Amino acid sequence: MSKERYTEEHEWVRAENDICTVGISVYAQEQLGDVVYVELPEVGRQLQKGKEMAVVESVKAASEVYAPVSGEVVEVNGALTGDPATVNRDAMGEGWFVKIRMSNPAELDQLMDADAYKTYVEGLS
Amino acid sequence: MTASTDVPSKRTPLYDLHLELGAKMVPFAGYDMPVNYPAGIMAEHRHTRERASLFDVSHMGQIRLTAKGGGNAADALETLVPGEIRELAPGQMRYTLFTNEAGGILDDLMVTNSGDHLFLVVNAAHKEADAAHLRAHLAERCEIEELTTRALLALQGPAAAEVLGRFAPQCRTMPFMSASFLVLDGMTALVSRSGYTGEDGFEISVAAKDVEPLARRLLAEPEVEPAGLGARDSLRLEAGLCLHGQDIDETTTPIEAGLAWTIGKRRRAEGGFPGAETILRQLREGASRRRVGIRPEERAPARAHTEIRDETGRRIGEVTSGGFGPTVGGPIAMGYVEKEFSAEGTTLRLAVRGREMPARVVRLPFVPTNYYRG
Repeated sequence: MSKERYTEEHEWVRAENDICTVGISVYAQEQLGDVVYVELPEVGRQLQKGKEMAVVESVKAASEVYAPVSGEVVEVNGALTGDPATVNRDAMGEGWFVKIRMSNPAELDQLMDADAYKTYVEGLS
Repeated sequence: MTASTDVPSKRTPLYDLHLELGAKMVPFAGYDMPVNYPAGIMAEHRHTRERASLFDVSHMGQIRLTAKGGGNAADALETLVPGEIRELAPGQMRYTLFTNEAGGILDDLMVTNSGDHLFLVVNAAHKEADAAHLRAHLAERCEIEELTTRALLALQGPAAAEVLGRFAPQCRTMPFMSASFLVLDGMTALVSRSGYTGEDGFEISVAAKDVEPLARRLLAEPEVEPAGLGARDSLRLEAGLCLHGQDIDETTTPIEAGLAWTIGKRRRAEGGFPGAETILRQLREGASRRRVGIRPEERAPARAHTEIRDETGRRIGEVTSGGFGPTVGGPIAMGYVEKEFSAEGTTLRLAVRGREMPARVVRLPFVPTNYYRG
């Protein structure tokens, strides 16, 4: 059964067994504006929950994207190199950043579910 | 949240209009300014190069300099800038610099000969300091009036002359870098053919009470869309134009900055401006570093303060402005390098996030300019 979770730094995670897909939320891409460049980690890199995993750049500034869970990068979304605007167009789908083989799936339980994230974002405005 | 000094941000007379248009507001030089509208920076940038964009630049300083007694305001101003101000005919304007005794740049500004006075437009971040600077040196010779009840709009793009020409036909054929008092939709304005985007366009100084109706009227024209400071920055960077506080400041001389062209022939011979000794010596002997255009060869932008290295990894300079050029379609930057590395085509390395990225020196502007040539 797949689980969808969110971090306070506006990353989303969709987990299926021990593999999860990570991206940034619709709110995050709105805040960033037009994405012009995405720097993704190398496949095989070991990630630690809460540490920097990727960089997403808008016209004006670079922003860090943090690993929502610990584990190994098993796949990255190469399509973002040629068309970074995909992140704006479809942040929750085609704009995914990485797939991770989780070393500790229990970390997911520390994250917000969709309703909690929605409330969190409303509180920010 | 970081502690604030609780000084509220200032607002231009168009603040409410910006909110109505859905602008994302950010603090800039003590003002709440629109960084972009719902279209976004890329679309606003492209629209400026394709049609016409309207920018609120009312945060900038507008200063009137009038000679006292039988004096001459141009002579007075020349004691503070290296430009040829005396030579400006009525209605003519010029870009110049306030320099300091070390030859550095206190601010950059536009000066217009408005007949019985000089009209100055200075950067928002420095307007109080610039007025103080003028007073400290010229108070005996000139009245220095900060025009705080005036607002400033910029209408920029290939369609700007057509649009403004519907209100005042003279706008179509006004020479570049000239200014006239005109009536636009019943409102008196000082209109200059100048700007900060590399495109044809106009800057429009009007009474603060008139700027909202005028802005609405211009936005109602089919070619015109609003654009914010985000697009203003990406446009000027593509045009190779300096931003004071980033590309030029008190530690950079006009020669290092590639602005020697602002120092007229007579001024090179006569001096008589702060820092003349240093600046004229650099004109003769060359400066040890130069501002250059930089094209990162990969896709990652290199932002301000990125270290520039030569192929051995030795530091040779620093990026002062950097980002993404929507018209260029890739990352662009400006920075200073040791003069041996300033030739077009020179290979550079940029230290971005612990990696060295290849880049090369390119000519400025990154995008050809479209100034009106008549």
